[in-house]
Amino acid sequence: MTMMTDTALNGSRARAEAISRRMRQQDRLFFWLTWGSATGVVLVLLGVLVSLLWDSLPAFRHFGIAFIWTERWSPAKDIFGALAPIYGTLVTSAIAMVIGVPVSFGIAIFLTEICPKRLRRPIGTAIELLAGIPSIIYGLWGFFVLAPVMQQVVQPFLINTFGDLPGIGILFSGAPYGIGLLTAGLVLAIMILPFITSVSRDVFNTVPVMLRESAYGMGMTTWEVVRYIIIPYTRLGLVGGIMVGLGRALGETMAVTFVIGNSHHIRASLLSPATTISAAIANEFAEATSPLYTSSLIALGLILFFITFSVLALAKWLIGRTESF
Amino acid sequence: MSFFKTIAVGAAAAAFSVSLAGASFAADISGAGSSFIYPVFAKWGEAYKKATGIGLNYQSIGSGGGIKQVTAKTVTFGASDKPLDDKYLADHGMIQFPMIQGGIVMMYNVKGVKPGQMVLDGKVVEQIYMGNITKWNDPAIAKLNPGLKLPNEPIVVVHRSDGSGTTFNFTNYLSKISKEWADKIGSDTAVEWPLGLGAKGSEGVANTVKQTAGAIGYNEYAYVIQNKLGYSKMVNKDGKVVAPSLETFASAAANADWAGAKNFHVIITDQPGAKSWPIAASTWVIIHKDPQDPAAAAAALKFFAWAYKNGHPEAKALDYVAIPDNVVGLIEKSWSAVQHNGKPVYAAMN
Repeated sequence: MTMMTDTALNGSRARAEAISRRMRQQDRLFFWLTWGSATGVVLVLLGVLVSLLWDSLPAFRHFGIAFIWTERWSPAKDIFGALAPIYGTLVTSAIAMVIGVPVSFGIAIFLTEICPKRLRRPIGTAIELLAGIPSIIYGLWGFFVLAPVMQQVVQPFLINTFGDLPGIGILFSGAPYGIGLLTAGLVLAIMILPFITSVSRDVFNTVPVMLRESAYGMGMTTWEVVRYIIIPYTRLGLVGGIMVGLGRALGETMAVTFVIGNSHHIRASLLSPATTISAAIANEFAEATSPLYTSSLIALGLILFFITFSVLALAKWLIGRTESF
Repeated sequence: MSFFKTIAVGAAAAAFSVSLAGASFAADISGAGSSFIYPVFAKWGEAYKKATGIGLNYQSIGSGGGIKQVTAKTVTFGASDKPLDDKYLADHGMIQFPMIQGGIVMMYNVKGVKPGQMVLDGKVVEQIYMGNITKWNDPAIAKLNPGLKLPNEPIVVVHRSDGSGTTFNFTNYLSKISKEWADKIGSDTAVEWPLGLGAKGSEGVANTVKQTAGAIGYNEYAYVIQNKLGYSKMVNKDGKVVAPSLETFASAAANADWAGAKNFHVIITDQPGAKSWPIAASTWVIIHKDPQDPAAAAAALKFFAWAYKNGHPEAKALDYVAIPDNVVGLIEKSWSAVQHNGKPVYAAMN
C-alpha cells in the first residue's frame, strides 16, 4: 500500500520535474528567440548604416564634405552635389507639414470633442484607410488628376494673384508646370494626414475626463477647452505626432517621384520642378553607370538616413516625455 | 465551395502544364536596356516565340541600365542607343553591333496645333532647351511657321530623368548644332539640363507631354505615334523641311559608314541629304565575348540573325529602319569573337 503510494508519488514527481524541465527549456528557447529577433534588428540597422557609409566613401573622398552643399549634379561630367535633393526634400516636407498639421489637428479635435459618438468610428476608420493606400496610387493620382488641375487652375491663379507682390511673389513666379515642389507637398500632406491624426487623437484621449469636464463645467467653450486645456496638456505628444508625419514625408519615394519634376536645381519658386533625395535615388540608381555616380546616390541615401533618423529619435524622445506625465 | 475548388484545381493544373511546356523548350533569351528599340523587340519576340518556341525576356529599363546589367552579366545581352567606346568594350571583353535604326522626334502639346503642323529647327530646339525661348509665340518659332497661330503660352520643357540613349542622341544633335550647348551641357545618356521636367523612360516623357499643356519633349517616333501626340517637322542640315517617316529616317541612316568604323561606332545625327531626318539614332546590342552561359549567348545570336533576316516587316510597321543586308554580313562575321573554349558559339550552332 505504502509502496504503491510511493511509486505513485515518485511517478508524479518525475512527471512534474519533466514538465518543469520542458517548461524551462521552452522558456530558454523563447528567451533566445526573442533576444535573437531584437538583436537581429539592431544588427540589420548597423549593417545598413555600415554599408551606406562604406559605399558612400568614394563620393565623400572625391568631393569632400562640400558634397553636402554643392548644387551641381552632372552625370555627364561626373560632378555631383547633394544640395538640390536635400533642399527639395526639406521644402516638400515643409509644405506638407504646413498644410497637413493644422488639418490633422482639426480632424483629431473634431473626432474627440465635437463629433457625435455614432460618427466617430466611421470617420476615424476612413482617415485610417488613407494610410492603407499604397504610395504609388497617390503618385498616379497626383500625376493624372491633381497635376492638370494644378497646371490649369491653381498655379495660374497663384501666379496672377501673388506673382507680382514684393517678397512672397518670388515663391509663385515662373511658368505653371503642373508638377513641382507645391504639387509634391500637397500629395505628401494628404499622405501624412492619417499618421498625425491618429497620434493626436490618441494623445487627446489621454486628457483626464475630470479635467475636461471641469473645464466645461466652468462654462468654457469648446474652443477654450481645446486651446487652454487639451493642447497644453498634450503638447509634447502632438509634437511627437508631427515628427512621425515628418519622418514619413521626408522618406516618401514613389508618390513624390511622380509629381516632383526631377530637376536638380534650386529655385525660389514653389511652382518650379525640383527633386528629393529618395526621388533622385529611385530615378537614377538603375542607370548610374560610373562608380562615382552610384557612390554619390548612396551618399544621398546616407544623408536621408541621418535626417530621418534624427527626426524619429526626436519624436520618440518627445512622446516618451508625455507618457511619463 | 466546390466551384472554387474546381477553379483552384484547374489553375494548379494549368500552372503545372505551363511549367512543363516551359521546361521542354530552351530558356528564354534575357536582355535589358534601350527603350528606343523596345517596341520592335516586343514584336520580334512575339514572332520568334511563334516560330521557334523560344521567348525573349527584354526589360526596357533605359540604355544606361542595359549597359550596367550586361556588364554585371545579369542578362545575356544589353541594348544601348549610345555606342560604347573601344576601351570600355575591351576592358569588359564585350562586342557591340547595330540592331536597328530610327528617328527621334520633337513632340508637343500646344493648343490648336495639330500633329505635324509645326516646323522647328535645331537652333530653336536648342534655344528652348537652353531656356532662352520660353513662349510658344516667340518670333523665332513664328518665323519658321508663317500662318500658324501660336498661343502666348509658356513652354514646358520635358526631358528624360533616367539614363537614356535617346537623350544621348538628342544632346549629340544639339551639340552639333550649337557650340554653346557642346561646351556647357555636352552629350551623354544623362546631362545637366538647364531647365525642365524630368520624366522616367520613353513612356514617362510621352505621358508627361500628354498631361501638360504647352509641353515639348523628345522621344522615339513609335511612342509619339502610339500616344497620338503632336510632333514637329524639322529643318535638316541641307536646310530642307522634312517630316518624320521611314523614308527620312532611312535617308539619314544610309549615310552611316559601318564598314569603316571600329566596333560599329557611328552616330547618325545631323546627316546631310535633302531627305535626311536630323535626329536619327541607332540601337546597339552588347554581348560578352566569353559568355558565362555559351548556350544562352548562342541562342541570343541566333535570335538576332533571325531578326536581321525576317524582322523587316515588323520594323517597317513601326517606322524603324532595318540594318542593310551587307552590314548584317559584317555583323555576323564579328560574332566569331564570341567564343567558348576557343570555339565561336554561333558558328557552333550552325
